[in-house]
Amino acid sequence: MRVGRGERTANYVILIAFALFALWPIVTVLVSALGADDTGAQGSSFAGLHLGNFAQAWDIGRFGTYLRMSALVSTFVVACTVVLSVLAGYAFGCMRFRGQTVLFYLFLLGIMMPSEAVVVPLFFDLRAIGLTDTFWAVAMPQVAQSVAFGTFWMRAYFRSSSRVLVEAARIDGASTRRILWQVLVPLARPAIVTLVVLVFMWTWNEFLIPLVMVTDESLRTAPLGLAFFQGQYTSGFTLLAAGAVIVATPVVVLYLFLQRHFIAGMLEGAIRE
Amino acid sequence: MAYLYLLPAFLVYAAFLLYPLVRAVQISFYDWDGLTLASWVGFQNYADVLADEGLRAAFGHALVLIGFFAVLPTVVGLVLASILNRARVRGLPFFRTVVFLPQVIAMVVVAVAWRRIFAPDGGLNSLLDAVGLGSLGRAWLGDYGTALPAIGFVGTWFETGLVTILLLAGMGRINPELYEAARLDGAGPVREFLAVTLPSVRGEISVALTLTVIAALRTFDLVYVTTRGGPGTTTSVPSYEVYNRAFQLGQVGSAAAIGVCLTVLIFAISFVITRIGDRGDS
Repeated sequence: MRVGRGERTANYVILIAFALFALWPIVTVLVSALGADDTGAQGSSFAGLHLGNFAQAWDIGRFGTYLRMSALVSTFVVACTVVLSVLAGYAFGCMRFRGQTVLFYLFLLGIMMPSEAVVVPLFFDLRAIGLTDTFWAVAMPQVAQSVAFGTFWMRAYFRSSSRVLVEAARIDGASTRRILWQVLVPLARPAIVTLVVLVFMWTWNEFLIPLVMVTDESLRTAPLGLAFFQGQYTSGFTLLAAGAVIVATPVVVLYLFLQRHFIAGMLEGAIRE
Repeated sequence: MAYLYLLPAFLVYAAFLLYPLVRAVQISFYDWDGLTLASWVGFQNYADVLADEGLRAAFGHALVLIGFFAVLPTVVGLVLASILNRARVRGLPFFRTVVFLPQVIAMVVVAVAWRRIFAPDGGLNSLLDAVGLGSLGRAWLGDYGTALPAIGFVGTWFETGLVTILLLAGMGRINPELYEAARLDGAGPVREFLAVTLPSVRGEISVALTLTVIAALRTFDLVYVTTRGGPGTTTSVPSYEVYNRAFQLGQVGSAAAIGVCLTVLIFAISFVITRIGDRGDS
């Protein structure tokens, strides 16, 4: 659409102002993390960038431990979610069985259910069987939440995938199992990549479940570690900012590489939040 | 056969989500400190949600946050997206990447960053100084009057990009002939917006509202990291009360009841907004 010169200029002004607003807190943290330590401690600097802050935060804040835990939890949740969701999505998308509608609505319920509702009984019941303060208490509730979404996501994909293709494979004598793994799953790669990206982000950024489920410091995830680091380390912002950058970086890097998948996934599968 | 494919997912889902939900409802009927024997109180915990001033206030704060998380971003997003949609601007992909970025950053990191900006010697006060409004400066998160709006403002920052991108996608699907027809009828930008753009993106608006309202109701990390409900109880919200009561105050039954109320509220709101959005299509 053609618009006047004045309107175009105004557009750019608005775009730039809004982009600056979106970047403001991010730049604040980055600048602080790369700046001289505001508590007065001396660190080495490279071209004016104090990269030593990251090393210091890494040691003092034990972010190495937290990142390891986050990586383990995220990998486990993503792997379980993808396998379970592909199987369940296949059943919902390509088969007919009794109770299908009821079961589907039951899964839908899980997409909207906030962790706040289930975290209280989960904690007390898992404590009763001695599972709190373990990897499983952090990971399994998140697998359950992600599977609810993943099943919905894969069902939608399998339903739209060509019925002709499934029929053709069946006529060729392929079993139900082969149709899934050798015909549908290879074609579903884009949908699966988006699912992986979203579940990874949600798991990496989750806060309430790890906060409630673990007290053991070695089991803290990265966001949890950052929140506790903030409580302990209040004398300056530099190291806290460095810690914040460390926690945010894995997802941000992934986002910059796979932003198409992120944005499409967030917009289409948006119901989960 | 189908059941076999469904079974693994269903088992995990039932054990870690469905069963706990049932248990939450059960616990909500008891007065329980998490340690000693629980005593049956019926609907008392639910009555408290309405009667207890602190709890009523928490739900009131959630309403304020809905204004900041949902209403404001939707209004701003509508204006921004329709401006951007009218003109072909260069650098739109870059812009899209930047404004969507807040969505992927952990809320804890977001909270740490904004705490810094809201600090007495932080970015917001420097900005006010620079434009000669330094007298308005304060400790934004420590002030009884500004703590809740400050938290709400973070929500506006967080959600506006998402809403804008969602609406831009919706507007991109509008048939250009509709705009040409409107122009032939002599419609200006405002009439064009009201007659063509707004009705066409009703579905996207309803999705945006559902998402952002739910996000507003579920603000936990942000409150936990920035204010812990303070100063006083000015920023306590239902999701924070669930945590606070169950794990700090030992009022487990009450916490479970708040959690159940929050869930019902989220289901109800999603249902209503979706229904209103759907009605436009038929």
